[in-house]
Amino acid sequence: MRRWLLPAALLALLLGLWQIACATGWIADALSLEPYLVPSPAEIASSLWENRDLLAENAWVTLREMLFGILAALVVGVGFAILMHWSRLLRDAAYPLVVASQTIPIVVIAPILIVWFGYGITPKIVIVALICFFPITVNALDGLRAVDPEAVKMMRSLNASRWQRFRRVEAPAALPNLFTGIKIAVVVAPIAAVFAEWAGSDSGLGHLIQSDTAYFQVARQFATVAVLSALALALIGLTALAERRVVTWR
Amino acid sequence: MELEIGGASHAYGDLQTLDSLDLAVEAHGVIGLVGPSGCGKSTLLELVCGLQEQRSGTISVGGATVADERLGRCAFMPQRDLLLPWYSAIDNAALALRNQGMGRRQARNTAGALFERFGLAGFESVRPAELSGGMRQRVAFLRTLVAGKPVLALDEPFASLDAITRAEMQEWLAAALRTDPRTVVLVTHDVEEALYLCDRVAVLSARPARIVAELSAPHPRAEDRDGAVTDPVFVATREEAMRALREGS
Repeated sequence: MRRWLLPAALLALLLGLWQIACATGWIADALSLEPYLVPSPAEIASSLWENRDLLAENAWVTLREMLFGILAALVVGVGFAILMHWSRLLRDAAYPLVVASQTIPIVVIAPILIVWFGYGITPKIVIVALICFFPITVNALDGLRAVDPEAVKMMRSLNASRWQRFRRVEAPAALPNLFTGIKIAVVVAPIAAVFAEWAGSDSGLGHLIQSDTAYFQVARQFATVAVLSALALALIGLTALAERRVVTWR
Repeated sequence: MELEIGGASHAYGDLQTLDSLDLAVEAHGVIGLVGPSGCGKSTLLELVCGLQEQRSGTISVGGATVADERLGRCAFMPQRDLLLPWYSAIDNAALALRNQGMGRRQARNTAGALFERFGLAGFESVRPAELSGGMRQRVAFLRTLVAGKPVLALDEPFASLDAITRAEMQEWLAAALRTDPRTVVLVTHDVEEALYLCDRVAVLSARPARIVAELSAPHPRAEDRDGAVTDPVFVATREEAMRALREGS
């Protein structure tokens, strides 16, 4: 109860202060802006309601980009982690490159991917997957490698084949680490999706924020950010739920 | 002889761990290996089990001289219980059977039949985290036993337990070996434990390990443990082993 109540109370307090600051015109005066450029929480809430169809439509676009991107990163990342775990040669060759790949800023390659894959959903999925690939792969590999060597000896002495050792010991032992990777991926996925949409798209929450900038639709921009944030929170919640269902021994 | 070691030497890089060691154990014999910490007891156990191949000399388990073949004849019980937290007690105990390709239900039935005898009845579906230290060790031993191998290699199986539980577990293991005799190689740093549980005890020197004394236990696996370990002959043998241990380290 306390876990929810305290942050909720703090959020309510901050929103209240924001509301007062807007109603009295403090923020707009301080920034020398027209008041309509500084929407109050109440105005954002009403924008959220008035634009619910538009927001839902675009949220669905962004959600699909995130989900497919995370899924692709999960399949490729876990597969790659397993291959690197099994082959020392591959690990020594590829692991430094995986780490080095993180130095390439997504903002830079997003427009290139748009050129290659067009304005559809494909480049967005690729960009989200590229961003999510790293935390998933690195955490999964760390989990697989952290297996107790004594447990491996014990399994060898109990007639376990290489596959049985993987299935019964290494894979379950790596699951908590894998979920850590997925949680990080889920947090960065919305950022990746927005970047991808900014690089070139005709729909999605990122696209909506961008086009609203041109028309000074600040209230709707805030509403869009709120929806994006809610999507990310929902995904984090789902991941935590899945972890509790799968990693039952912790 | 079920286990025969002839002039076995081993090293990790330049670090010599075993020096031309000879040892023989008859079928269903229980041999104890005691020695100072880090002397190579555990290495010797891993060599016997075929988890590693020795640098030189021969190790034969039931006629199998190659590491991979020895692995098929020895079940290794490591120092920590290493029960897999994602499996229930019974699935941990049945691990070897599942690895041998037995179906889940049959494996559970086979392992479950031993739970009663091992004082684990009612704990079949419990996860390891909910078991006491002594129970965890019993499940770990059951897992080793169920593998059905002729040789059991036990690496300080009770080292992590408190004194009372350890004494109880020694009595329990003695009883288990009375009803289901196996060839056992027991590594321990507890001389009393070795002399109570084993027929013979080999005292190893500091690294590189050689055998400095081999003693016969007066009352191996006696039903009355307290009587056995306080018997003057037992006490004298224990002192002799301690002397050998001190001289060898």
